Amino acid sequence: MTSRAADSDRAVGTPARRVGGYERVTGKQHFVGDVRLDGLLHVKLVTLDCGHARIISVDGSAAMALPGVVDVVTAADLTDPTWRYGPVYHDRPILAVHETKFHGEPVAAVVAETERVAKLAAALVRVEYDELDAVLTIAEALDPTSSLVQDASLRAGPFAGTNTLREWNFGWGDVDQASADVVIQNVYTFPMVTHFAIEPHVFLAAPDQQDGICVWSAVQHPFALQQVLATLLDLPLAKVRVIAPDPGGAFGGKQHAKFEPLLAFLALRIRRPVRLALTLAQTFQAVRRSAFEINIRSGFSSDGEVRFQDIVCNGLLGAYADIGPRVITKATYLACGPYRTPDARVHVRALLSHTAPATAFRGFGTPQVAWAVESQMDEAARQLGLDRVEIRLKNLAARGEDVVRGDRPADGDWAEAVRKAAAAIRWGEPLPARRGRGLAVAIKSLATTGSSYAIVRLHVDGSATVLAGTSDMGQGARTVLAQVAAEELGLDVGAVQVVMGDTTMVPFDLQTSASRSTVFMGSAVFEACRDVKAQLKAMAASAFGIEPADVEIGDGVVTLPSRKLTLREVLAEAFAGVPGEVIGVGSRRGEQDLEHPLGGAPAFYEFSCTAVEVEVDAHTGELTIVRHVSVADVGKALNPAHVEMQDEGAAIMGLGHTLMEHIVLDDHGRIVNLGALDYRILTTKDVPLELDSLLVENADGPGPYGSKGAGEGGLFAVSPAVASAVTEATGVVIRQLPLTAERVWAAIKQSDS
Amino acid sequence: MTAELSISITVNGTLRHLTVNAATTLLDALRWQLNLTGSKECCAEGECGACTILLDGRAANSCLVLAAEADGAEITTVEGLEGAEGLDALQEAFLQEGAVQCGFCTPGMIMASHALLRHDPHPTPAAVREGLSGNLCRCGCYPRIVKAVMRAADRRALS
Repeated sequence: MTSRAADSDRAVGTPARRVGGYERVTGKQHFVGDVRLDGLLHVKLVTLDCGHARIISVDGSAAMALPGVVDVVTAADLTDPTWRYGPVYHDRPILAVHETKFHGEPVAAVVAETERVAKLAAALVRVEYDELDAVLTIAEALDPTSSLVQDASLRAGPFAGTNTLREWNFGWGDVDQASADVVIQNVYTFPMVTHFAIEPHVFLAAPDQQDGICVWSAVQHPFALQQVLATLLDLPLAKVRVIAPDPGGAFGGKQHAKFEPLLAFLALRIRRPVRLALTLAQTFQAVRRSAFEINIRSGFSSDGEVRFQDIVCNGLLGAYADIGPRVITKATYLACGPYRTPDARVHVRALLSHTAPATAFRGFGTPQVAWAVESQMDEAARQLGLDRVEIRLKNLAARGEDVVRGDRPADGDWAEAVRKAAAAIRWGEPLPARRGRGLAVAIKSLATTGSSYAIVRLHVDGSATVLAGTSDMGQGARTVLAQVAAEELGLDVGAVQVVMGDTTMVPFDLQTSASRSTVFMGSAVFEACRDVKAQLKAMAASAFGIEPADVEIGDGVVTLPSRKLTLREVLAEAFAGVPGEVIGVGSRRGEQDLEHPLGGAPAFYEFSCTAVEVEVDAHTGELTIVRHVSVADVGKALNPAHVEMQDEGAAIMGLGHTLMEHIVLDDHGRIVNLGALDYRILTTKDVPLELDSLLVENADGPGPYGSKGAGEGGLFAVSPAVASAVTEATGVVIRQLPLTAERVWAAIKQSDS
Repeated sequence: MTAELSISITVNGTLRHLTVNAATTLLDALRWQLNLTGSKECCAEGECGACTILLDGRAANSCLVLAAEADGAEITTVEGLEGAEGLDALQEAFLQEGAVQCGFCTPGMIMASHALLRHDPHPTPAAVREGLSGNLCRCGCYPRIVKAVMRAADRRALS
C-alpha cells in the first residue's frame, strides 16, 4: 500500500480517477437534499407577486389553524432592529421588514409537520400590501427621482440617499492627454443571468444538545457561513457547526448566506430540526449574475497599438449587496484586459435595484468586461484593416510587463496561448460562406488574500486522511488534494481519504472560489505532508538510533544510511509499543495589503483564450458553433482530465449567456421566465460540434508544482469570440447579449435593408 | 386531505408494498419512502431529466408520475444498476470518459442513456445527443457524456 507501483492513478499530473465518482454514478452520493433527520419540520416561504411592495399587515391565523402547522414567523418575531447580514454590507434582513425589495423576498416563513401542509399553509397566510414602483434597470437606478432601494439609514456615506451603492475610480496615466489616431466608442450590455445549478438550494438546521446549532447547506464557504450564524445568533464559533455536503453545482450561487440564518433562527426558536427546499423557480429568484452596461472609449494608433482606454461601467446589483461590490471592483480593475495600456481611466458604479441579489458567479465580472474590451479590439482591427489575432498579439502584455501599472505584472506566456488557439481554430484558412471565426482573450485577478489550513493524518498502516475545508462542487477538489497527498507521501490515491464539508471536523478554509483552491488548499496540504515527513524523519532517527539529518524520505521510501524501509515499516517500528499516528498541519495565507485597491495583489492571473468557428443561418439567425477551442494557462495541471472537464464546462456555460440566457422581468419586477422551460440553458443539442480544451503548462504558478488555478477561464471570452465570428460571417456587429436567433436575424435584416 | 392508497411496485427487482398519498409523486415515494435518494428533484415539472427512471423499461420523469400510477409497474433506478460484478457498462464509461463533475444530473443522465441504448443499441453521436436532449447538465459534461454512451454501446456490442 505504500510503495510506488507502476499504477499511474496516483501521481500529480496524471488523470487520476475522480474521488467520489463511484458514489455519483451509483446514486450513493449524498447531496444536501438527501439528508434525513428525525422529527424534521418543513418550511415554506411566503412571498409576494411583485418586486417591490410595502407590507401593511401579515395575518398568519388561518395558516396556524391548519392541523400540522407548528409556527408562522415574520420579522415581528425577530429582534428590533432586525438582524441583517451580508458579506460586504450587513444589509439583508432574515425576513422582509416593512417592504419587500425583490420578487421572492420572504415576508413570512411557515413551519409544518409535512411539506404538503407547509405549502397549503403558506397559501393561507394573508399579506396586505401596496405594490410600489420598482427600480429594475440601470437607467432607473441612476434616476434621482426613482424610489430608494435601500433605506438611507443602512449605510453612511455620500451615496446613502441614492441607488448608487458605491463608486470607484481606477486607472493610471492621463487619458485626456493621450493621443490616438483612431478613437472608437461603444456601449455594450450584458444581461442578468442565473446560475441554474441542477441542484436547487436546500437548507436544514437543528439545535444540538448543548445549546449550539448545526446547519446543513451546500455552501461553498462553510466557515464564512459559520461566522455569519455565530454573529447573528450570538453563539461562540465552537458551538456553530456547518455541514456542507458536496454541492450539485454551485458556480458562485452557493457562496454566501441565503436562507440559512432564517433556518437557524427557526430551529432554535422551535427546538426542532427544520428543512427548506427551494424550488428551481425560487432558486432563480435567489441568485443571479450582475448585469453590466459598459461605455468604452478606446484609442488606438494607426498600426493597432492601444493608446488609451476610457471606461464607464455601471453594474446592476440586486436589492442587497451580497458580494456584488467585489464582483464589480475585481473585474473592472482589469477592465483594460491583458494588454499594455499606456493610459487608462475606469469609472465604476455599483447600482441597487429591486431584483434578486446579484452574487458571485463563475467569472466574477470578467465575462462582462471582456465582452466590452474584446469587442473593441475587434472593432479597432476592422477599422484599421488589421488581423484580429495580430492586433491582440501586438498589444498583449509579455511576461513581466504591467497590465495594471504598478501591480502584479503578466505572469504567463499569454501569446503562446493565443497562438495555440489560433492554430487550433485554423485561423486564416479559407471559410465557406456564412461562416466566421473569432478569437478573444481575458484575464481575471485570482485570490488576493485569504487563508487555507489542512491536516494530514498518516495512519499506522500507511493510509492517510486529508482534512480540508474546500468544497468539491464538481471541479474535483477531493481528487486533486488526494493526489497531492499521494504524491508527497508516496501513496496510491486509493489509500487517501479526503474529509471535507464539516466545520467541526476540518480546519479553517476561507472559501472555495476565485479558482483558489489548488493554490491555497493544495499548498496547505503540501505543507502538511512536509510536516508529516519531518516527523517521520525524527521518528525513524529515534527508532533506529541515527541523526534525523541522515534520513531521506521520498516516493514512500525511507532511506537510512544502512538500508531502505517503507513508510509502513517505519510506522510499525515507531508505534510498536504504544499505537499512534502522525499528524501534519499545513497552511497558506495571503495577507491583506490595505494600500491595494483590491485589498491585495492577485496571487496569479487566470488567463484564457477562446477561439470559435461559427456558422450563421441567415434565414433564422441561429448560430451553430462548428468548432470551439479554449486555451487555459494553468501552470501545471495536477489532474489534466479534471482541468479539461472544467474548461469545457466553462466554455459550454459561456455559450449559455452568449447564445440564449437572460432573465426577463415584467413591469412589476417579476421574473417572467422562471423555470427550465422558459430559461434556456444549453442541452446536448446545442454544444459545439467540436470542443477542445488545450492547456499551457509552464510551471509558473504559485501553487504546488508550479500550478495556478483553473475552472473559470473557459467562460471569460466566449461572447466576444462568438460575436466576432458572427461579424466576419455576416458583417453585422451586435453589442448586446445574448446573441439569440431573433437578435442576430433582426441585425442581419436591418443591415440588408 | 387527499386519499391514501396501497400500491405494489417492483423496484430494482424487489417487490415493494407502499401506502402512498394519492398526490405523492413516484419521485417522492422513491426518495422518501423507499430511501432511494439517487433520483433527484430539480425542476419538478419534467423539463430537466434529473428524476429520470425506467418505468417498465422506458424512460420516465418520475416527478410527473404519480406513485399510484406506478402500481404494478417495474421501476429501475440508478441504485439498481451495479451488479455483483461491479458497475455496469454505462456507469463505468461515464467515469472513464470524465462525464461526471458535480454528479447531480448523473443518475438521470445514466437512466436516460439506458433507455436510449435499449431503444437503439448502436446509436450515432447525433442520435445520442437527440436522445439525451431532455437531460440538463449545467457543469457542461455533454460532449463527454455522448462519448461515454458511445463507449458503453461499443462495449456492449463486443460482449
